[in-house]
Amino acid sequence: MALEAEAPASDRTGFVTALKPGVVTAVSLLGLLAIWWVAAEIADSRVLPTPPEVASAFWRDAATGELFFHLAMTLMRVASAFILAMVLGSAIGIALGMSREADRFFDPWLILFLNIPALVVIVLAYIWFGLNEVAAVGAIAVNKIPNVVVTMREGARALDRDLGEMARVYRFSRFKTLRHVVLPQLQPYFAAASRSGISLIWKIALVVELLGRSNGVGFQINLYFQLFDVAAILAYTLAFVAVMLIIEFALVQPFEAYSTRWRPRRA
Amino acid sequence: MSNLSKPTPPAGGRDALEVEIYNKAFQGADGSRVEAIAEIAFRVEPASFATLIGPSGCGKTTTLRIILGLDQQFEGRLRFPDDGARVAAVFQEPRLLPWRTVEQNVRLALPETEKGADLDTLFEILGLDQMRSRYPGELSLGLARRVALARAFAIKPSLLVLDEPFVSLDEQTATRLRQLLIEVWSARPTTALMVTHNLREAVQLSDQIIFLTERPARVRGIHRLDKPRAERDTRWRETTLSSLAKRYSGVL
Repeated sequence: MALEAEAPASDRTGFVTALKPGVVTAVSLLGLLAIWWVAAEIADSRVLPTPPEVASAFWRDAATGELFFHLAMTLMRVASAFILAMVLGSAIGIALGMSREADRFFDPWLILFLNIPALVVIVLAYIWFGLNEVAAVGAIAVNKIPNVVVTMREGARALDRDLGEMARVYRFSRFKTLRHVVLPQLQPYFAAASRSGISLIWKIALVVELLGRSNGVGFQINLYFQLFDVAAILAYTLAFVAVMLIIEFALVQPFEAYSTRWRPRRA
Repeated sequence: MSNLSKPTPPAGGRDALEVEIYNKAFQGADGSRVEAIAEIAFRVEPASFATLIGPSGCGKTTTLRIILGLDQQFEGRLRFPDDGARVAAVFQEPRLLPWRTVEQNVRLALPETEKGADLDTLFEILGLDQMRSRYPGELSLGLARRVALARAFAIKPSLLVLDEPFVSLDEQTATRLRQLLIEVWSARPTTALMVTHNLREAVQLSDQIIFLTERPARVRGIHRLDKPRAERDTRWRETTLSSLAKRYSGVL
């Protein structure tokens, strides 16, 4: 079906659509790399290293194992904060979406928390709970929870009444209703919240590490900032972005494809 | 379900379904009170098929919702065919779970104790045996309605409630589905109550037709059809239709 549709289209609509998506992505990334390389050669300065300089900074820290240790520490914080934020945020969001009274009461709280700067939450967490791992992970999670609540609340508001009634008439148990009627309807909202969640959380995680931890990518970037080593800063950043991309392609997308397999494919 | 096609004793419960509803009103969108039902009272004998018919918006669906327990704010009395009656509903829309296959949709409605029930015969009669692993999004409306019928009959209900189950289907599909309904229902007659706009459909399927007035609804008249379904040929249907149309002007 898709092949038939693609062939005539490529004649008329430019050559980008004619290529395979994988090729387009590769060409696009190579283009960005080329622009960076040319700019770095022209600038010829420590502030903008060339790609090989970044690569050698990467090998230097990778060879000692230092890079992987810091990546793992950050990943551990990102993962714990992500799970914490998704669980708490979903529970609160669904509760608010289902109860109009609760929503009316807690809505101002939500707006308040949505607008507290991440930095304030982090600083207060360190002051109140000390410079420890619990405060760090908690601070990251608290920054993310309001976003999850808003998305999941929207999902709970959009629940299909007709299916709920069907479940009541056929006497579905509470658990059966949750598992087969409610959660599948919330899945797209959950996917949206976790998508935006992972990227936001890792950005905040770096600030948390910079301010109060003695390891992790954020700590290393702060260190190299003081040494004015831009190549190392870029090496750490790109390494962590690569880790996040692997998670996206190896975990998030296959899970999404599985959980939406029932959707009829549009031609 | 395996003995679906063999004769079985009437399965609709011992007692008749008795319905009495008075003064049911809604809060309209503009805050005003909308009187939906003035007084509706009727009974459906055990293992018989009754149809509610009346003009649009006269409270037919409201009556069904009250019987299904989806609307509990009403004055009156309900008596079910037996204690803890197992009620099945076929709604206007198929109301299938799009993320579960046809078979899962039917099985999910089964009580825990009958989880592994044999559904082969039921799927076969309804022409769904090739569709068991399809998702509802891949089905036409006619097929989705069959799945909704399968789900209703799978639980072996003591009361079956149908809300315009054949609306917005082309006539050929609707006719085929009506035949299927008669076939499955006759194999295990259960007390059934259907709402429809279609007097032809009512005459073909029912033992009893309950005519309702315009909103606020009252019972306008009750007509019994004693002729066995198998003997209801086209001529008999046409004569019955015209005599009913004469008596209850405006129902056609």
